[in-house]
Amino acid sequence: MKKLMLGNDAFARGLYEAGCRFISSYPGTPSTEITESAAKYDEMYAEWAPNEKVAVEAALGASIAGARSFCGMKHVGLNVAADPLYTAAYTGVNGGLVIAAADDPGMHSSQNEQDSRHHAIASKVLMLEPSDSSECKEFTKTAFELSERFDVPAIVRLSTRVAHSQSVVELCGREEIPLKEYKKNPQKYVMMPAYARGRHVFVEERTKRLVEFAETSPLNRIEISDKAQFGVITSGAAYEYAKEALGDKASVLKLGIVNPLPVELIRDFAAKYEKIYVIEELDGVIEQHCRNIGVNNIVGKELFGFCGELSQAVVAEKILGGKREFVSLEKAVPVRPPVMCAGCPHRGLFYCLSKLGVTVSGDIGCYTLGASAPLSAMDTTICMGASISALHGFNKVRGAESEHKSVAVIGDSTFMHSGMTGLVNIAYNDSDSTVIILDNSITGMTGHQQNPTTGKNLKGDPAAAVNLEELCKAIGIRRVRVVDPYSLAETEAAIRQELAADEASVIISRRPCALLKYVKHNPPLKTDADKCRSCKKCMKLGCPAISMKDGKAVIDHTQCVGCGICQELCGFGAIVCQ
Amino acid sequence: METKSIMIVGVGGQGSLLASRLLGNVLLAQGFDVKVSEVHGMSQRGGSVVTYVKYGDKVYSPIIEKGEADAVISFEILEAARSLPYLKKGGKLITSTQQIDPMPVVTGAAEYPSDLEEQLRNAGVELSAVDTLSLAEQAGSAKASNVVLMGVLSSKLDFPEELWHKAVEQCVPPKFLELNKKAFELGRQAG
Repeated sequence: MKKLMLGNDAFARGLYEAGCRFISSYPGTPSTEITESAAKYDEMYAEWAPNEKVAVEAALGASIAGARSFCGMKHVGLNVAADPLYTAAYTGVNGGLVIAAADDPGMHSSQNEQDSRHHAIASKVLMLEPSDSSECKEFTKTAFELSERFDVPAIVRLSTRVAHSQSVVELCGREEIPLKEYKKNPQKYVMMPAYARGRHVFVEERTKRLVEFAETSPLNRIEISDKAQFGVITSGAAYEYAKEALGDKASVLKLGIVNPLPVELIRDFAAKYEKIYVIEELDGVIEQHCRNIGVNNIVGKELFGFCGELSQAVVAEKILGGKREFVSLEKAVPVRPPVMCAGCPHRGLFYCLSKLGVTVSGDIGCYTLGASAPLSAMDTTICMGASISALHGFNKVRGAESEHKSVAVIGDSTFMHSGMTGLVNIAYNDSDSTVIILDNSITGMTGHQQNPTTGKNLKGDPAAAVNLEELCKAIGIRRVRVVDPYSLAETEAAIRQELAADEASVIISRRPCALLKYVKHNPPLKTDADKCRSCKKCMKLGCPAISMKDGKAVIDHTQCVGCGICQELCGFGAIVCQ
Repeated sequence: METKSIMIVGVGGQGSLLASRLLGNVLLAQGFDVKVSEVHGMSQRGGSVVTYVKYGDKVYSPIIEKGEADAVISFEILEAARSLPYLKKGGKLITSTQQIDPMPVVTGAAEYPSDLEEQLRNAGVELSAVDTLSLAEQAGSAKASNVVLMGVLSSKLDFPEELWHKAVEQCVPPKFLELNKKAFELGRQAG
């Protein structure tokens, strides 16, 4: 049966067809839907882990126990999982172990634009890279086979355009793969120095065998054009751009195995043409490899650069020259940046932070939007969990003056992911820092995934829920309090009091995400034009439902969920119930 | 057949994912190779949302660049103006007349252009501007604006009507099927 499928859904289908049994992941755009989609197949156990390190360790454990196992994450998640990955490269696998790492060229929804291939090279594991949904499915199945055949974890590298594009996939049935026998084998699985030395030798020999395999594997294929004026070496989404832009003007070496890269295959292909273009997104990994093996008739990053996404237009313009004509209006139209939704519980909290003028150490989630105007209440955003740890460092060097006017903000899921350890550091090493946990009862940014605080698991079934108040107390924080961010007065008072306290404190700003289906909304509010004095105080909230029309505030009834914070803010009673 | 390109644009939360899936299903049923590229995550939160739909004998790149689109379908008229450069000369621009203020307009840092429909009419493209919001409300819910627009598009493309009906059935939850069928019909008549 043919079906139009998202790359991520096709990947999940590949897991199903390959007989995968165990899935542990942490959500992250653009990888999230692989695991969400996989959870719909009852034949596979699937879970959200608190972070990517836990997820890879769980998947490796399941692999050692004999099951085909999988772990999905975004590119920066692979940094968190790097510790187990680099040693899993030594232990190898029992049941196949496949990891998805989804890069985000163009940073549609990420804090950096790093290239996951460096992790595959540095950890010396196999990495495949599909170009469309059909390959997402097939490469996933192949990755399991190769993982078992070469005793190596296999990473499948995705990019946003492959993960989030739908294309046609031919569905097959599931191959049931029984659990492999587990045999105690400390030389392979206990990585203490005496045994790890032996495994390192194995890793180096394995890489040689993988290179030999890459020379002739059909995953790397040459598409010869009789009319070719030059050659192209490419992989992933860039292959699609190259084919569309260049058609039969180029012969193409499409690399499905991006680590390790073949040597003779590239040399032979490059020798056929005077000029070879290496077309790859982000870093010049293939290009550098070509130079390392003495292939120098190549043009790559000097033409295409390191930043952002490529496209058929970029490839055509750089290689063939010329630009497409297009029409546009004389005046540029206003930009439309993403905003916190109407009724977002983060808005009230950030309004208070903005009003108090405190320094805000931020984190990764919807609430990073608190950095944008008009709230503009964020000073730093680095990586998952960094809000808390960075605030500690900031406060330690700037002392009491800073401790009384700076906070960290972190979401519930991010706190579970890697914020807890930072809070332990604050308690243990004694900074009088104020940490605000934005508990909206869900992992919001990636599209509503459950997490260890929500009381539900990936399948939506009841699960143990971490009690944030008790956890913070157990860590050693004595001042822990809960506020409702829909009450500006309560929230502001709590922030003032905890900033003034001469010890560390945690404020849990608790209110479920307004987009959650179970959340009941109040009727939309409206403005009373006679009472509105056009002071624009309500505009400081940056609520997308409020705008100014003919000098007066108006509320869009299709967006307003009646959260009431504008009503609390208005000094003239001009915002009323309908 | 040469690859055809259709862009669906709007504001995060307006239902462009459903519209693109619906269109994708129609094209697949017509026997085309199809690619649909979506954007998820951060940019979805009330920001500009762009979906690319491409079809033909063999589609390579899932994305559409400036000057490449045969048609742009827009859920909001400012987004139609923003996407204008993506249209081929003489391409079709189908837009809702709905206006949603972006944050720079809300904060007063920018002004919402007052005569967008007029500007678009003189831009050298084939413009259809439809009050989809009223039609959707007539069908039973403002949220069905996306399906109204698909109805308008269906009248401009030469595919059998029953394929569209089937795609609506495939993509819409049974609870909202009648409402969306009506929305589609109203859009098709308006197109």
